[in-house]
Amino acid sequence: MTGKTYTSGEMMTVAAARLLPDGAVCFVGIGKPSAACVLASMIHAPNLVLIYESGTVGTRPSVLPLSIGDGELADTADAVVPLTEIFSHYLQGGRIDVGFLGAAQIDRFGNLNSTVIGPYDAPSTRLPGAGGAPEIITHARDIFVIMNQTKRGFVDKLDFRTSAGLLNGGGERRRKNYPGRGPSVVVTDFGLLRPDAETDELTLVSLFDGAKAEDAVAATGWPLRVAGKLDVIAPPTTEELEALRDLNARTEAAHRTPVKLHLKKTA
Amino acid sequence: MAAFLSLEDAIATHVKPGMCVALEGFTHLIPFAAGHEIIRQGITGLHLMRMTPDLLYDQMIGMGVADTLTFSWGGNPGVGSLHRLRDAVEKGWPNKLVLNEHSHGEMSVAYSAGAAGLPHGLMKGHSDTDLRPLQTGRTAEVECVFTGAPLTAVRAVNPDVTILHAQKADRAGNVLLEGITGAARDAAFAAKAVIVTVEEIVDDLGAPMNAVVLPRFVVTAIAEVPGGAYPSYTHGYYGRDNSFYIAWDEVARDRDRFRDWMDRHVVKAASHGAHLEALGVLA
Repeated sequence: MTGKTYTSGEMMTVAAARLLPDGAVCFVGIGKPSAACVLASMIHAPNLVLIYESGTVGTRPSVLPLSIGDGELADTADAVVPLTEIFSHYLQGGRIDVGFLGAAQIDRFGNLNSTVIGPYDAPSTRLPGAGGAPEIITHARDIFVIMNQTKRGFVDKLDFRTSAGLLNGGGERRRKNYPGRGPSVVVTDFGLLRPDAETDELTLVSLFDGAKAEDAVAATGWPLRVAGKLDVIAPPTTEELEALRDLNARTEAAHRTPVKLHLKKTA
Repeated sequence: MAAFLSLEDAIATHVKPGMCVALEGFTHLIPFAAGHEIIRQGITGLHLMRMTPDLLYDQMIGMGVADTLTFSWGGNPGVGSLHRLRDAVEKGWPNKLVLNEHSHGEMSVAYSAGAAGLPHGLMKGHSDTDLRPLQTGRTAEVECVFTGAPLTAVRAVNPDVTILHAQKADRAGNVLLEGITGAARDAAFAAKAVIVTVEEIVDDLGAPMNAVVLPRFVVTAIAEVPGGAYPSYTHGYYGRDNSFYIAWDEVARDRDRFRDWMDRHVVKAASHGAHLEALGVLA
């Protein structure tokens, strides 16, 4: 990435933001998904609806949340509802257009692992676990995944299937009548992967400016399919980059500021 | 009816070794003071339950309070791992920890069913994950009795004690929660006993219609503990100390450093007020 005036993380966030249609109801996680959604709402999608699993609906944070339940999300929300309602009425009830997920591992059919590396009973690395991902990937109409592409993360076989993507491919998910379509795009640090229309296998379809298909293949733990014709994704615009950097700078400053408690004296 | 107790008495009276205890609050209103009091009283063998274990359970697990954990996401949000939880699972330190692992949706349904006095709740569909086979006795694939549609039954949970933090209680013992409440209300109604720490006790809650109020006959004990959620937060009183969550990563990585930190800031602190004073976070 020599000579670039932006990082691959910035490119990934910008590329993910561009995928979000204005007006979509998005179920958002912390980290890059939050950054992408907030950026999209600042650039081209002012009517994007952000929902966090903590129960904040229609939130408009000016700094990115560190946790999924930061006060900023509640303060700027249209409504704050109980978590049980988020999972029953909003997600299972079919009100979510786009769910945004990351994971430690992904396989060629977009199934995700966020539970363990190694055997479940004796893991070499215990990961945080499922959270809401199994329900999000099941019920949201569409799923975007955002992950750095490495051989450790893009694996031939998951150590644990936490969240069901396109299962074993070949239309299995459709035949099983899952409410949502499952992952339709994976944003990596090389470009975009999309499932093949027939086999469901993730296929490299777009490259970031300057990225090479052979490098993406080399960073994948299975023989990655590459589309015959690869689109090139334009670098971030000045507007996108400035907005994202302002957002990240505000966020960094806010997260590093210690809190002081002004407490009432106990009687 | 709710009894007004000191935090020490509330924990000593209602939390006993071997119980199933849920300290809830979703990022917001996490009852840190109450969890620290459990550590101070040396209570062990607990089955801890919580959707998002967070730093509080990292501390409690690292201090050997728990032998079982029911949960759905165990990380330091936006920062990384819970190192003490990982050490317990990966290396059995300070003791082995049995995991009852769920997704958020399942935990949410389990609490709701528990609150409603039902044996189980329901979710749409069956599952194609590796989580499901680990949940024998806690989830089961069933069919809709009317349409035959695939459903998943999730067994209700009924903690012996649910512990919450909230903004206010009135003098009759009604409790008001404002802001992000997570599964707090469901966890309270599901429990056999409910302890609530509050920022303050007031004459009038001033609760708007449709507010989240736990009525006094649902609450077992109330303790006034200002700052009782720190480094989590209490909306309207103080914000989440994200800098503490970031700094915790280094403290928790090393067993000795963790134990020393806990000893100095929690075990030897006479009260939650003294703990906050030792951390230097009081204005």
